[in-house]
Amino acid sequence: MKIAVLTKAIPSYESSIRVDSSGKWIDETVVNYVVNESDAYALEEALQIKESASGDSEVVVVTLGSEANTSKVIKDGLAKGADRGIFIKNESTTTDPLAISKLFADNLKSENFDLIFSGLQSDDMGSGQTGVLVGEMLDMSTATLAIETKVDGDKIKVKRELESGWFQWVTLPFPSSISIQSGINEPRYPSLKGIMGAKRKELNVLESSPESQTQSFVNLFVPTNEKVTEKIVGDTESIVAKIMDILKNKLKVI
Amino acid sequence: MILVVLENQRGNIHPFSLEAVAAGQKFAQELNSELSILCLGEKVSELKTQAQNFKSNKLIIAQNSLIDMYSADGYSKVLSDVISNMSPKYVLMGHSYMVRDFVPRVSAKLGIPFVSDIISVNFNNGSPLFSKQVFNAKLATSIEVSSNQALLSFQSAAFSSDDIQEGGPDAEHVFDVELLGQDIRTQSEPEFQESASGVDLTAAELIVSVGRGVESEDNLPTMQSLADAMGAEVASSRPVVDMGWLPPYRQVGSSGQVVSPKLYFSLGVSGAIQHVVGMKGSKNILAINKDEDAPIFEIADYAVIGDLLEIVPKLTEEINNSK
Ligand SMILES: Cc1cc2nc3c(=O)[nH]c(=O)nc-3n(C[C@H](O)[C@H](O)[C@H](O)COP(=O)(O)OP(=O)(O)OC[C@H]3O[C@@H](n4cnc5c(N)ncnc54)[C@H](O)[C@@H]3O)c2cc1C
Ligand SMILES: Nc1ncnc2c1ncn2[C@@H]1O[C@H](COP(=O)(O)O)[C@@H](O)[C@H]1O
Repeated sequence: MKIAVLTKAIPSYESSIRVDSSGKWIDETVVNYVVNESDAYALEEALQIKESASGDSEVVVVTLGSEANTSKVIKDGLAKGADRGIFIKNESTTTDPLAISKLFADNLKSENFDLIFSGLQSDDMGSGQTGVLVGEMLDMSTATLAIETKVDGDKIKVKRELESGWFQWVTLPFPSSISIQSGINEPRYPSLKGIMGAKRKELNVLESSPESQTQSFVNLFVPTNEKVTEKIVGDTESIVAKIMDILKNKLKVI
Repeated sequence: MILVVLENQRGNIHPFSLEAVAAGQKFAQELNSELSILCLGEKVSELKTQAQNFKSNKLIIAQNSLIDMYSADGYSKVLSDVISNMSPKYVLMGHSYMVRDFVPRVSAKLGIPFVSDIISVNFNNGSPLFSKQVFNAKLATSIEVSSNQALLSFQSAAFSSDDIQEGGPDAEHVFDVELLGQDIRTQSEPEFQESASGVDLTAAELIVSVGRGVESEDNLPTMQSLADAMGAEVASSRPVVDMGWLPPYRQVGSSGQVVSPKLYFSLGVSGAIQHVVGMKGSKNILAINKDEDAPIFEIADYAVIGDLLEIVPKLTEEINNSK
C-alpha cells in the first residue's frame, strides 16, 4: 500500500500576521511556519495504517511551497516515520485551490498512490478543497472529514463527521483521496532516533510553477470590529479588579 | 443566470440553503439576472414544496434513484451536468459539510473556480468581490474570479433567510439526469447519531470556555474552579476535545453545540470562525487572550489582554472572597 500525506506549512497561531507593502500578501519574514493542524492527524493516520498493514507499505510526505517555509514540515514528517518525502517547490504565492491542486496532480500522477490523505482544511487559506480536487483530477474516490478509518483489502471504510452530531460510514475503493478531521488519533512526537534517521531518507525535489489562476486575492486587510469592545489592559491586579467590576456591577452575574 | 442548489438535510431544506436562496435573490437583483433553484436527489418532494414558496424564475428538479442517498460521485456528476447544460454564471450554496465534500469535484471536472466559505459580497458594479477570512481569521481578503463562471459557498449568516422574497417560481423544469450505477464508486451507509450528549450547554446562563491557550491539561482544574465560583458550565474549543482534555459534549462551534448564554467568558480561545458560529449569539462576551490581535476580540464586549494563567487564579480567589 502506498500512501501520500499532503502536509502544509502554515504560520503558527502565535506568529504576528502583518500585511506586506504589496497589500496582497503577508510579511513572511516575521512568521514562524509550522505543520497545519489537521495534516498532523492525517500523517499519524497514515503511519498507523502502515504499521498495522501486512506486506509492504510506504508513507510519503508531500509538501508544496517555498523552500524557506516548508523545510521543517518535510523533516518533521520523515522524523515521525514517513519513508520518503516529495517537495514540490513553488515560490509563487498562488492562492487558487485549482491551480495548486493541478500542481499536486501533475507531480503525483506517476506515483499511483493507493491513498492520498490530506487535512480537512489549511488554517491559513481555509479553502477545504485541496484533497478533493486532487482526488477528482487523479480519478480517485473521495471522502472528507474522516474521523475513523478501517482499511479492508483494496478498500477503505471511513467514518465521516456530518453536521450537528451526525455521522456516516462510507466505503471507498482504492485509489482514494481522503481528508482527515482533527481529533481522529493522537499524533506522535518524533523520537531522537527518528530525527537522526530522517537525514538519510530520500527527498525528491520537483520544480513547479502554477498555470493561470482562476481566483486571486485583490487585497488583504484586518477585519473590522463588529462590536464596541472595551479593552482591558494593565497588571494582573488591576485586570482582576476590572473583571470583578464587570461581573458584579455591569453584568450582575456574581 | 444564477443557480442556487438546495441541500436536503434528512427531509428538510438545510438552513444554510435558505441563506443561499436569499443570496441568490440578491445576486439576481444586483446583476440583473435570472434566478433558478435546483432540487437534487431522489426524495425531492419536500424540498420542492418548500421551494415553491421562493420567488424565482425557474425551479429545476434533478431526480434519480441513484442519488437517493448522497454520494460525492453522484452529486458531483449531476451538478456538473446541470451546469454544463444551463451555463449559470454563479452557482450558490451554503458552506455545509456536504458542499465541502462534493463541490470541489465539480470545480475540478469543469475547471470552474470554487470560492468557499464566503462571509460577504461586494457587488462592485457588476464584478463582485468575495470576502473570506484567512490566516486563522487574523486577516480577511477580497477575492476576484477571472473566469466566466464560479461556484460560491457562504458561511452561515453571510446572508439572512429573513430576507427571502416569497412568490414562487415562474416555471418548473425537470432535468434529465444521466447516471449509471458504475458512476458511483462509494458505498454509503445510513446516517446516525452518537449517544446523546452529557450536558446541555444551550441551557446554561453562564459559560466559562477554555481554548488551547490553557496550555496544559494540568491547568483545567484551575479553570473549573473559576467556573464553580461563578456557577458556570465549562465549555471548550475543538482542540481541547481533540487532545482528550474534555469530553466532546463540551465543545462549542460548528461541529459542537451552539450556545447563547448571558455571559460567555472565553479563556485562551483564538476565535476561529468555526468556534465563533457556536457562540456569537451570546448576550455578553468577555475574552481573555494574550494576543491583542486575536480574532475573538472582534466580537467581544470586553477584551482582556493578558495571561490567563496569571489572571484566572486571582480572579477565582476574589470571587470566592466576595461571597
Ligand atoms: C470543519 C471544521 C469544523 C470545526 N469545528 C470546530 C468547533 O466546533 N469548535 C471549535 O472550537 N473549533 C472548530 N474547528 C477548529 C477551528 O478552526 C480552530 O482550529 C479552533 O477553534 C481553535 O481553537 P483554540 O482557539 O482553542 O486554539 P488556537 O487557535 O490555538 O488559539 C489559542 C489561543 O490562546 C491564546 N493563548 C495562548 N496562551 C495564552 C495564555 N497564557 N493566556 C491567554 N491567552 C493565551 C493564543 O493567543 C491563541 O489566540 C473546526 C474546524 C473545521 C475546519
Ligand atoms: N501547499 C500545500 N502543501 C501541502 N499540502 C497542502 C498544501 N495546500 C493544501 N494542502 C493539503 O490540503 C489540505 C486542505 O487545504 P485547503 O484546501 O487549502 O484548505 C491541507 O490540510 C493539506 O493537507
